[in-house]
Amino acid sequence: MTYAYFPGCTLKTKAVDLDKWGRASMEALGVTLEELPQWQCCGAVYPLAKDEIATRLSSVRALMAARDQGRPLVTLCSACHHVIKRANYDLAHDETFRSRANAYLAPQTPYAGETQVLHYLEVLRDVVGFDNLAKQVKNPLTGVKIGAYYGCLLLRPSRQMAFDDPENPTILEDFLRAIGAEPVVYAQRNECCGGYVTLEDAGFARSRAAAVADNAAARGAQLLTTACPLCLYNLRQGGSVRTVYFTELLAQALGLKEGQL
Amino acid sequence: MQRIGVFVCWCGSNIAATVDVETVAQTLAKEPGVVFSTDYQYMCSQAGQELIQEAIREHRLTGVVICSCSPRMHEATFRKTVEKAGLNPYLLEIANIREQCSWIHKDKLTATQKAVILGRAAIAKVQLNAPLTAGKSPVTKRALVIGGGIAGIQTALDIAEAGFPVDIVEKKPTIGGKMTQIDKTFPTLDCAACILTPKMVDASQNENIDIISYAQVEKVQGFVGNFSVTIRKKARYVDEHKCTGCGLCTEKCPQKKVPNEFNLGLDNRRAIYIPFAQAVPKVATIDPNYCAMLKSGKCGVCAKVCTAGAIDYKQQDQLITREYGAIVVATGFEPIQLDKFDEFAYSQSPDVVTSLEFERLMNAAGPTGGTLLRPSDGKHPHTLVFVQCVGSRCDGAEKGKSYCSKICCMYTAKHAMLTREKYPDTEVYVFYIDVRTPGKNFDEFYRRAVEEYGVHYIKGMVGKVTPQDGKLKVQASDLLGGRQLRIDADMVILAAAIEPDKTARPLATMLTASMDTNDFFTEAHPKLRPVESPTAGIFLSGACQGPKDIPETVAQASAAAAKVIGLLVKDSLTCNPCTAKPDELMCNGCSSCEKVCPYGAITYVDKSFRGPNRTTLIRRVAQVNPAVCQGCGACTVACPSGAMDLLGFSNQQILAEVDAICR
Repeated sequence: MTYAYFPGCTLKTKAVDLDKWGRASMEALGVTLEELPQWQCCGAVYPLAKDEIATRLSSVRALMAARDQGRPLVTLCSACHHVIKRANYDLAHDETFRSRANAYLAPQTPYAGETQVLHYLEVLRDVVGFDNLAKQVKNPLTGVKIGAYYGCLLLRPSRQMAFDDPENPTILEDFLRAIGAEPVVYAQRNECCGGYVTLEDAGFARSRAAAVADNAAARGAQLLTTACPLCLYNLRQGGSVRTVYFTELLAQALGLKEGQL
Repeated sequence: MQRIGVFVCWCGSNIAATVDVETVAQTLAKEPGVVFSTDYQYMCSQAGQELIQEAIREHRLTGVVICSCSPRMHEATFRKTVEKAGLNPYLLEIANIREQCSWIHKDKLTATQKAVILGRAAIAKVQLNAPLTAGKSPVTKRALVIGGGIAGIQTALDIAEAGFPVDIVEKKPTIGGKMTQIDKTFPTLDCAACILTPKMVDASQNENIDIISYAQVEKVQGFVGNFSVTIRKKARYVDEHKCTGCGLCTEKCPQKKVPNEFNLGLDNRRAIYIPFAQAVPKVATIDPNYCAMLKSGKCGVCAKVCTAGAIDYKQQDQLITREYGAIVVATGFEPIQLDKFDEFAYSQSPDVVTSLEFERLMNAAGPTGGTLLRPSDGKHPHTLVFVQCVGSRCDGAEKGKSYCSKICCMYTAKHAMLTREKYPDTEVYVFYIDVRTPGKNFDEFYRRAVEEYGVHYIKGMVGKVTPQDGKLKVQASDLLGGRQLRIDADMVILAAAIEPDKTARPLATMLTASMDTNDFFTEAHPKLRPVESPTAGIFLSGACQGPKDIPETVAQASAAAAKVIGLLVKDSLTCNPCTAKPDELMCNGCSSCEKVCPYGAITYVDKSFRGPNRTTLIRRVAQVNPAVCQGCGACTVACPSGAMDLLGFSNQQILAEVDAICR
């Protein structure tokens, strides 16, 4: 099966590892991610103002392009997923936004949120299947205690993201189990990493990241994993536990990537 | 020629605001057979009933149609009304123009038209009604109480006091239920055991009460006054009659690592155990999941030490079948599982406990002997955070319960107060959405916790509990102060929502008693019949009907007992005459009806019929026992030849209604 794929800007620069190993792994699992032609930045931060429209339009363009291809749209970066999924939700549920976006972009066929937006992890869970993934693992990460770090963007607002239980998510732990690792459940796994505050007050962001990493370490985690480039940045700045993208672990388990954990 | 009277009720404004009752009465007056038609403000009032009776006499009515509320509400009332005026009570039909019309419509014109149609259908049916006479069925003068908590015990004691035998079926090895695990009770702070255990002893010593413990109801047959119930008494591998409850076996058993459910797993018990010192019956029980003798045949220590010779490793489950006139459900509640609420870190730290676990930690008979110690390191906690509404009052049903669990505000105030009283060096915080304390002396109690004991009540919810460096880092919002709070706590106590016991749902199916979406038993009327199930002969006691505290539970338990006594004093019950009746000439004895009958009311007999040319044919035909038939109608639809009819609801009558509606 082929999916439309939206990598996003960070995956082309800072977060190359998230993208590279993500694509290679999906290919190995028999799912093709075809990059959308001429995609633009998702908008980067979801605008909280109801009347803010311009920064959401590039997301709408990506959504329309996927609709025209007749494919679900897959994203990998937590932030891109958050913005695109919420833009799509608004197109389906907010009459004013829908009519304005269609008036601005004037597509041949009006768009009302028909595209299915999937995060890479949802494809792993619902299309590939964690049980099926476990069968394809060549180098299981046996005995490695890994703390899944969710951050905020994948989970909330939960009604719009519809990703997992926002307080007690399990998808990353289930993924870690499938690749043979031992997930470590710790309280801070869905608390903020410091986010964009790092631009304004790097010290505060570092203290947040330290709280997350220390809590995971206290529960026995040797490694942290995330799907978000910004979380990874903050955790690497302030955290005491090594942090990697989940696609790196996946590629390693599938025998695509060499390396030591 | 029929002479039918039509009576249209306003039900105050319930019907009259949406349905033009005068038009309905005038329109229905023109229907064939109708000789009298009127409307009145409250047809069920005495004046209304007299109006009906006068019309029956004056106009020599042969049938009555009342357009009013649901027949579930007042059919019985109006049947009595017409009977007193000399008419057979089954020559009455009710057109439901309230629940099925005025309450669900907004447009007066539409609602009026619909009311006319419903009235017309009832008139068409009453034309074909035949007088029916109700038979009698006897009443077995024994009651069954399912569940031996405080609710079941109180109901059983009250029934037994009135002189009727009662059986209590309890799934655990002892009666007493949740109240045995509670330390003190609000708002008086008297000790739960001191007020409960005498009642347990009373129940066991009352000659009218038979306690069947470690047992479950397996099958229920029959109907009000005549239930037949099969009870599975699980093997406890100890002869109840021989065991003296000395407890020697529970000290000598080598299997010491069995989580003790009485202390909610906070300590261990042996594989052979007596749940607690005041258990009733006070006999030992072997847990087959842990007993080495039962699992591998190697051990036998308890048999060796038992001086009474009570141990019996070969004991089997026993099936007991008994007859009852009434059944009381008293299955109680359970706190919910907290795996969906791990933001409070219940699975991550032993110092995060539920309120029921906290009861055990404060109880003199608990795992710490009544000294409050942290489960993780056995140290004295200084800062305690109570979180209310964990799983209660949640939006959406996917997580937690939408309802208020009702008892948590009061027991949390009790816990906070007792902690501060026993340990004045503690800081105690209570996080709440609302504090709800309606009840006699309840608000005074809560205010004492705040004003005299200095408990910090904070409006707001805890967002996250992070176990770190031997502390529980609590992050919470203080909504009145408009700030985030961070508290380093030693213990966090969660007031978990309560839900009906898991055994309630399968039991409801056996009893054909209805439940709501939360699996609480539904009462026959939410205000006027709160202790009866809509299924005749089934009564409700305690928290199986909804969250309740102890005083309310006991009150409802006694109310249920009063209803049971009212039933058991009768020597016979009037049967429903609307039973199935086969047309023997059309029946071909195929057994379809017998197979679908849930009450076993249908049998077959060989009967001789006159055949052609003066021959005699012997044919197998169905027969219905009217004392057993409940008139459910399953057989009438199953019969392939249309031979089965329900008296009062014959196929012809139903089709006459449909014809009238489609006219």
